[in-house]
This record gives sequence, structure tokens and C-alpha cells, in this order.
Amino acid sequence: MAERERAAAPPYGGVFIPRKQVMDADDLQRAIWRIGHEIVERNHGVTDVVLVGLQTGGVPIAHRLAEALQAVTEEVVPVGSLDVVFYRDDIGIRPVMPEAVTEIPWDLDHRTVVLVDDVLFTGRTIRAALDALQAYGRPRSVQLAVIVDRGHRELPIRPDYVGKNLPTRRNEAVDVRDDGVWLGEVTKEARR
Amino acid sequence: MADLLIRGGTVVDATGSRVADVLVRGGRIVEVAEGIDVPTGKKARTLDAGGCLVAPGLVDLHAHLRQPGREEAETVETASRAAALGGYTAVVAMPNTDPAIDSAGVVREVLELGRDALCRVAVAGAITVGRNGQRLAPIGEMAALGVRLFTDDGAGVQDGRLMRRALEYASAFPGVRLAQHCEDASLATGGHMHEGEWSSRLGIPGIPAEAEDVMVMRDIALCRLTGAPVHFLHLSTAGSVELVRRAKAAGLAVTAEAAPHHLVLTDAECASYDPVFKVNPPLRSPADVDAVRAGCADGSIDAIATDHAPHELELKEQAFDEAPPGMLGLETALPLALEALGAVGMAPADVLALMSWRPAAIAGLDALGQGGPIAAGAVANLCVVDPDAAWVVDPLRLASLSRNTPYAGRKVIGRSRHTILAGEPVVVDAEAQR
Amino acid sequence: MRHLLSVADLGVDGIEEVMRVTDSFVEVSERSIPKVPALRGKTIVSLFYEDSTRTRLSFETAAKRLSADTMNFSVSSSSVKKGESLRDTVLTIEAMGIDAVVVRHASAGVPWQVANWVDAAVINAGDGWHEHPTQALLDCYTIRKEHPARSLAGLHVAIVGDVKHSRVARSDVLAFTLLGARVTLVAPPTLLPPSLEGWPVKVSHDIGGVLPDVDVVYLLRMQKERQTEALLPSLREYTAMYGLTRRRAALLPDDAIVMHPGPMNRGVEIAAEVADLPRSVITRQVANGVAVRMAVLFLMLAANPKEVAVLDG
Repeated sequence: MAERERAAAPPYGGVFIPRKQVMDADDLQRAIWRIGHEIVERNHGVTDVVLVGLQTGGVPIAHRLAEALQAVTEEVVPVGSLDVVFYRDDIGIRPVMPEAVTEIPWDLDHRTVVLVDDVLFTGRTIRAALDALQAYGRPRSVQLAVIVDRGHRELPIRPDYVGKNLPTRRNEAVDVRDDGVWLGEVTKEARR
Repeated sequence: MADLLIRGGTVVDATGSRVADVLVRGGRIVEVAEGIDVPTGKKARTLDAGGCLVAPGLVDLHAHLRQPGREEAETVETASRAAALGGYTAVVAMPNTDPAIDSAGVVREVLELGRDALCRVAVAGAITVGRNGQRLAPIGEMAALGVRLFTDDGAGVQDGRLMRRALEYASAFPGVRLAQHCEDASLATGGHMHEGEWSSRLGIPGIPAEAEDVMVMRDIALCRLTGAPVHFLHLSTAGSVELVRRAKAAGLAVTAEAAPHHLVLTDAECASYDPVFKVNPPLRSPADVDAVRAGCADGSIDAIATDHAPHELELKEQAFDEAPPGMLGLETALPLALEALGAVGMAPADVLALMSWRPAAIAGLDALGQGGPIAAGAVANLCVVDPDAAWVVDPLRLASLSRNTPYAGRKVIGRSRHTILAGEPVVVDAEAQR
Repeated sequence: MRHLLSVADLGVDGIEEVMRVTDSFVEVSERSIPKVPALRGKTIVSLFYEDSTRTRLSFETAAKRLSADTMNFSVSSSSVKKGESLRDTVLTIEAMGIDAVVVRHASAGVPWQVANWVDAAVINAGDGWHEHPTQALLDCYTIRKEHPARSLAGLHVAIVGDVKHSRVARSDVLAFTLLGARVTLVAPPTLLPPSLEGWPVKVSHDIGGVLPDVDVVYLLRMQKERQTEALLPSLREYTAMYGLTRRRAALLPDDAIVMHPGPMNRGVEIAAEVADLPRSVITRQVANGVAVRMAVLFLMLAANPKEVAVLDG
């Protein structure tokens, strides 16, 4: 789910109700494989490439992507995780809570950072992530990989690697799980 | 002045109670009888006393009027208005003013200020010069001006030898009585509330009950030694009440008073950290409150005295342990005493004894027409108490210049409907007339 | 969390939440640029009526790492006594437009009074002998990180020293017991509160008998004034009877840790070399203090805004 939807999801209230499956587990795995190949192609290998999954939805995707990269290149690509909560631009407007501890135990100077998230929506989470990365050094380049790009961007941000472009309505929600990708809604009645 | 007829009440005083009207003429009571008719052709003002007790005006042994020196907190005039609204026709002004009432000059000044007040203002003189516990104040000169109570209230006389000398010296003057603020400074210093479970939890330095008990014990011994009467101010502990009980049983000339707040509030109030609950002696434990009530009921305690202690708002907007101790009392004492002592079985008339004729005798004010009895020829100092009037304490509506009542928002029952000072209705229907 | 006045206001869930968020800020503190923009535009005032450079710096560091603006209002109580009332001072500061006020005062209860007067969030940074909740939170966090049990449940903590005058002890007793620890107070009777009614603690006057059974020994600062108040014959005797000497430290179980809120009087409540043993986690407490205070400030000023915007899709 995108960050904006997560803000309305548990523990803050709201429940995701899936309505339609748009990718099954095999589709998802194929998308990850394809993104892996594209990363290798674009960067002429994976030397100096690190993956940073965005908490929480991007982290398992980043690990699966690392497996794919290792299978292709026989190199181990480091995987970190990043919680952008302290960089969000809606602090003080909505309830925000750290999701998990950030783990980027390396200096990012001169590396290629691939940010990994499950769903790209408004782009605000990625904006926050770009800010956050600065605390860890000055990467040579930062690229963005997402499983689903659902549109409705509010900032000039575009992904480098996309699993699926999925047209959605603003009030819909997209959930990426191990068993595939679902389109649905977040109920609001349980909100505080 | 037109005649005044107080009609339809039950007259209570030291002699008992009876249903009667009271006719006042020229500042004195001229008739006490059932169904008095105003002679036709004569002008008379009638005050309704239906459902009320018509009692001698209340007498407060212990009020801080703050004048001279702290007129922004209270003046003799504003305090006397508060007193009249509370049912009082006499108050004893404590000497911890600035300058202290420790000389004939200051006594005269305060008596002068009290001349036009809404109640009689008597004065307590200091025992020592400047109330600093070093040298005897001119007790004789002040006694010659009518001062009957002497105390360093705000602090106890710490030096036992000095207190002994003061008792011996004062015994030469008939009717003079020394009154002690019982607090051993060496045990109490640094404390800001009752020492116990609450002070331990709240982290506020405590004053042990024993700081009071120790001085009561000493002064009972000095009373025995000198034969001079001793009055104990604002007793607050179970220990000191018991000590006074035994001293009285032994026939010693001791008297004691308790303050309304020590009958109704406990140290748990301090958990709010609101300095309005800071007072000296401090609010004590529930067991102490019970003991003080019991002392009132069995006669160990002779009087309810307000310890009315006004403070400007900004002084009570300090940290708890930086704010001065003291709370307002004159306008709320009557209903609180009725409530607390009613709970231990005292009839309203018995409570009025503790608030009128018994304190009047201790302060020598009985000789000046205070405290009854209500009979033809007596000075008409009266209060008409409606024991069922329910009202809510609103700090902004108090007559005192200060607002430091701990009872804000509290619903209380009982009120002086009318207060008559030497024949003048200074309070009518719970409204001050001037 | 509107204000942080007492550990008791947090309850177990509140303490756990602070611990959880602290983990994130420990990571932030370890970054090469240990600063996040979370509280950009927020103003936090330190209102210190009592000198405490350490606590003030810890809060200021926390606020600055969150990108908040900080203001400092330090006053010695004596200079204020003659001037305006506490309330007037507080209202004046609030009128400048602040989001939080960190209050330290030598008198118990002042943060409660301040909280009644202002709309800003109030954090108690120590009130008299009463409470010091952020110290207790950082102590809990430190125990969870440094003790092998990784939890306070079932641990035995001895708090040794001047409990009577200690805000740290009062907050720690609340926090430790809320999280399931057993607490024993070890002190001479003159340095215990007059009443321990309602305190879920045991009391001992024999440190040697207690040490072999503890998981954490928490030493309180012993102040020199206590000798002149006849609470102690001398600091020397205190050390002899209650100090954590090297010999006594040897009585501790292998995995027991030693804590102290600082500043230490080496050679009084703790022997110089004991303070430097690996089992001493005193400097970890200081480091965790910043992260805990970041967590508290974040939770109060960012996590739960007073008015939650309606989700607009």
C-alpha cells in the first residue's frame, strides 16, 4: 500500500477490503525477475548497487529482488531498509508513527541506490526517502523500482523500473502481498 | 434608627433555644417573645427569620486582616464585610501585619481602622517585639487598650524560657490570655505540607504532626508551671487534641480552637499541587480530621476559628513550596462547620456555641456585648442563620479582596441570612448593606 | 500523549510505545548526519528554574536533531522570587508562540501547574524531589538494551542511596515496577521517604545482603549537604555502609549491570574503578537519553496532531 493509504490502515484505523486481484503470485515473481534484469542491464552489472526497501511494503520486495539479482549475477547485493516517517511532509497533519527501524549500515557515497517500494502513488514517500538518503552519504545515483505504479502523482517523480502500470481511482487502494497484487478500498469507519 | 423586628425564627444562645421574635431598638434588644407586634404608628423594619436560627453574632478568634502592610491582599474594611457575610459580628485581628501589632501605637491604628467596619474588630497583640521571639512586647500597654489575646501567630514562641516569662508576666493583667501557634520550628522547618503518605509520594517536604504535638506538650507544662491560661490556636493533629483533652481533665487553664479547613480537607488535596491548599498548620490525614471533629464534639476544642488568611493571586501562582500558606475562611466557615460537625452528631446550636459565645468568652468579648445572651437590654449583635440554604462557593463573588478559597465550586449548606451589628442590619438576605 | 508529567501517566503501553520509537531514534543518532526534519517549524522552550546543564543539553540536542527551534529560559529561583509570578513568566513565554515547554524546577509539582496554564505540551524535566520521567524512560530503555534479559519483567533492581530527596528514584520505582521488575530500596532510614505506604518496594539497610540477588544496581547521587542536615554522620560513613566499593561490586551476579543518573561522586556512592567496569552502563544511559527524549518530543508534537485531517483519498 502507498504511504497515504497506510496512514488510514491499522493501527490507525481502517481496514483494507480487497476487491479484485490484478497480479497473481506468478505475475509478481515474473515482474521481480524482469526488474532484476533491467537493473543489471541499466547499471552494467550490480557492482556498487545497493537496494533500499521502504518500510514496510518495500522491504520484502527488496529482499526478493536481491535474490533475483544474485541468481542473475551470482553477486550478493546488499539490502537495507528505510523508514521515511521522520521526513514525511504530513507530520502534524495526520497521525504518524515509526514503522520499523531503518537499517542502512553502509556509507552510500559513490554507490548506486535502488529504492524499492511496493506501490508508487503520489510520490511523496519517495520525496521523503530522497531526503532521508542524504543522511547516509552522497550516492552516485538513485533509482526507483516499484511493483505497481498506480498514477496520481503529486510531485515530479517517475520510476525507473515498474512491475505494472495500473490505472486506479484516487479512492481505491492497492495492496501488494506474497500471493499477488490486489485492488480494493480502505474502509474509513474504524478511523479514530 | 427605626426599630428592627426579627420575626419567625428560633432564638439560640448559651441559655438554650426557644421560638421567639426579637425586637431591637437603639442598638439594643428590647424584647424577646413570641408574636411581637410592632405598635401601630411606630416605624419598624422587619427581617424574616422563618426557618432560621437567631443566634448571637459569630465571633472569630483568628483572622488575618492584612492591614497595615498588605492592603492589596485585604483591608480591615473588606475583611469585615466578608466577616459580616459569614455571620460574624466580631473578629480578632492577628498581629502578623507589617509592622506587627507589637506596640500600643499599632494597636490604636488597627482599632481606629475597625471603628467603621462591618463587624467589631478586636486586636491580638504580639508576645514578642516584631514577632521574632527575642524580646517581650509591651503586653501591659496593649492590655490597657483592651487587648486580651497575645500571640506571635504565624510562628510559635520557640524559646521555652521566653514563653514561660511571657505567661508569668501576662498573668498580672486580668483577662489576658496568651495564644500559641504550636509548631516546633526545628521539626517543621523546610516543610510545606503534612508529612506522611502523600508528602512522600508527591515529593513535597513534610511537616510532621509531632511538630505541633511537641509544642502543645511544652505549653501545657508551662501552663501547669505558671498557672497562666494558654489558648492553642488552630489545632490540627490527633495528638494535640488528645493532649488538650487530658490537660483539661487535669483542670489546667487551657483552651483550644480548630479551623474549618482542618475539619473538612485532608492532605490528599495537595496532590493537585495547587498552592490554594497550602496552609499552616497543614491539611492533615483523615485520622487527624476525625480527631479534630471528635475534639469539637466532646468539648476538648472550645472554638472554631477561621484562620482567614488572604493572599494576592500572584502569591498563590507560585510553586507549591514557594507560595505562602493560608486560605480564606470568613465567608465559608459556618456552612463547613455545620457540615463537618453535623457529621459527628453535633446539633446546629452546639456548633454555634463553638463559633459565638465560647470564643467570645475566650477573647473577653462577652463583656463587650458579643456572644449573647439574646435578652432584653443586651447589645444587638446577632446573626440569623438559615441552616438549609444551599449555595456554591464562587471565588469571584466573595467580599474578600483575595480569592484564595480552597472551596471554589463546592456546594455548601447553611448561611447567615441577616447579620446585625449593634442594631444595624449590615447583611440582609445574604447581601452586605454597605 | 498531551503532556509528559509523570511516568504514571504513560502506563505500560505508553512506556512500551516510547521504547519502540526510541529504537528508531537510536538509529538516527548513529547516522553520519544524525538529524531529521520531523519537527521543522516547531518551537521548544527549555524553562529551567534549576541548573541542570546535562538534562538541558540532552533535551536541546534531542530537539535540534528533530529540527525543532529551541529557546532557552534559565532562571535562578532567587532572581525570580522578587519579580513576576511563575504563571506570568509562563504565559509570557507562551505568548511568543511555542509548541512545547520543558520544565525543570526545584519545587515539586510545577510542571502540573504549568500544564494548567498553557496550551503547549509540557514535559517534566525534573520537579523537586518528585519526578523525572524522561530519566526513568531512558533507564528502562538502557536496562532493556544492556541487560541480557532484554526485558524488565522479573528483574530485581536495587535502588541505593538518597531515595528521600530523589526525583529519579520516584520515577524509576514507578516505571520499573510497571514493567514488572521487583525493586528494593537500599538506604539509611534518614534517606528514605517518611512513608512508603503504597510503594510496591522492599526496603533494606544491608547492601551486602542485597547485591548477590540483583540484576541491576542503581546508585543515586549522594549530595554533600546531607551531612549538614544530620541525615548522615559523614560521607565517609555513607561510603563505608552503602557505597558500591570494588569489594561489594564483586558480590554482584555475573550479568548484573550498574547504573547511575549522574553526575557521579566517584569515591562516595561508587568507587572510581567500579564506574569504569564493563558492567557499568552509565555512559550508555547518557547516550540513550538523547534518543529517548527525541522519541518523547516526536510522540508529543508529531505522532498525534490535535486535529487529524480527514483522509482525502
